[in-house]
Amino acid sequence: MNLNLTLVGQAISFAIFVTFCMRHVWPPVIQALRERQEKIAQGLAEAEKGAQRREEAEAEIATMLQDAKAQAAEIVAQAQKQRNEMIEKAASEATAKQEQIASKAMADLDREVVGARESLRKQVGSLAVDGARRILGGEVNEGSHSQVIDDLIKQI
Amino acid sequence: MATENPTSSEYIKHHLQNLTFGYHPENGLSIAHGADEASAMGFWAIHLDTMFWSIALGCFFIWLFKKAADSVTAGVPGGLQNFVETIVEFVDTNVNDTFSGKSDVVAPLALTIFVWVFLMNLMDLVPIDFIPRATEEMGIPYMKIVPTTDINATLGMSISVFLLMIYFSIKVKGGGGFLKELTLQPFSSDNFVVQALLVPVNLLLEGISLLAKPVSLGLRLFGNMYAGELIFILIALLPFYAQWALSVPWAIFHILVITLQAFIFMMLTIVYMSMAHEHH
Repeated sequence: MNLNLTLVGQAISFAIFVTFCMRHVWPPVIQALRERQEKIAQGLAEAEKGAQRREEAEAEIATMLQDAKAQAAEIVAQAQKQRNEMIEKAASEATAKQEQIASKAMADLDREVVGARESLRKQVGSLAVDGARRILGGEVNEGSHSQVIDDLIKQI
Repeated sequence: MATENPTSSEYIKHHLQNLTFGYHPENGLSIAHGADEASAMGFWAIHLDTMFWSIALGCFFIWLFKKAADSVTAGVPGGLQNFVETIVEFVDTNVNDTFSGKSDVVAPLALTIFVWVFLMNLMDLVPIDFIPRATEEMGIPYMKIVPTTDINATLGMSISVFLLMIYFSIKVKGGGGFLKELTLQPFSSDNFVVQALLVPVNLLLEGISLLAKPVSLGLRLFGNMYAGELIFILIALLPFYAQWALSVPWAIFHILVITLQAFIFMMLTIVYMSMAHEHH
């Protein structure tokens, strides 16, 4: 247990170990530790940012969805309205057409009735003239009696 | 164990004797056989076992940590890197908590002290007769494998710390500042004459407290480890079948002691360095 040169030797080796540690061990290890710390901090910050961004995107999606829904509803309403209008228009057109056709048919009919009546009158006139001639024996001149015959025809 | 069946006191003495190499007045340059010869060699002798084990353990520390430092990466660490980083981070936290100044020396110094002292203390857990018996077979009469049970080792470190303290004190505060710290505290007066009278008192007080630091630092570690070693030696005197009953609990307890002592040595060093860097 004597104090001796060991003390000096120990001090020297201590100094060497400390110097070596200071130069070659401590700096790289502590630097790596700091770097990793920074990396982790960065990663965490980025994760937070990502989460925030996701939230924002979700909010955006929600508004977009809402907009789209409103738009779709509008489109549907418009379409319905248009459909109704079209149906109405078609119905009114059809009604008009129908009326037109009906009135035309009616007019045709009237005209035909008039024509038929006219020809009937004429035939009845000529028949009456024929009958009268046969009865009177050719005394009836078609030319001279046409006035009378036309009056008769008109009375039919 | 020079004799076949040593007495208890011979056994204990043998275990407490370092392998001393030096100049003996009668035998010349030789290895001391026994405590008397070792003390006759005086200061100019060296404990070969202490030097060998402390340097070997220091080299092991340097090798292991250099290996980790060479392949260090900021990415996912491997097993060794993880282990080394844990220790480095532990030391770094303690340094940052205690040491407020800026210095590139203090943290590596603390790391070296912590790991080296821990490794040297760890040798205490090697069964007490294993290595001495083996080296005795090789013709080496004494072998103390725990360097921290040698007061030269602990004082060698604490005196180095002390010199660093003085170096940093002068570097940070200047020679005058350091002297002022030694002479104008803790008593001071505005009166010049009274102050002049107080200077020697302050110098005495501050000088003692300054010198007490390395002594207490070295002796604390030495005392703890020496006492622990001694208890292991005493337990080894029991019959072999009964030793485990005491040596196992003591060894388990000692795991705490060696870690704690290494930690205390490191912490006190950091505190002393911090004091040397502080302005008053």
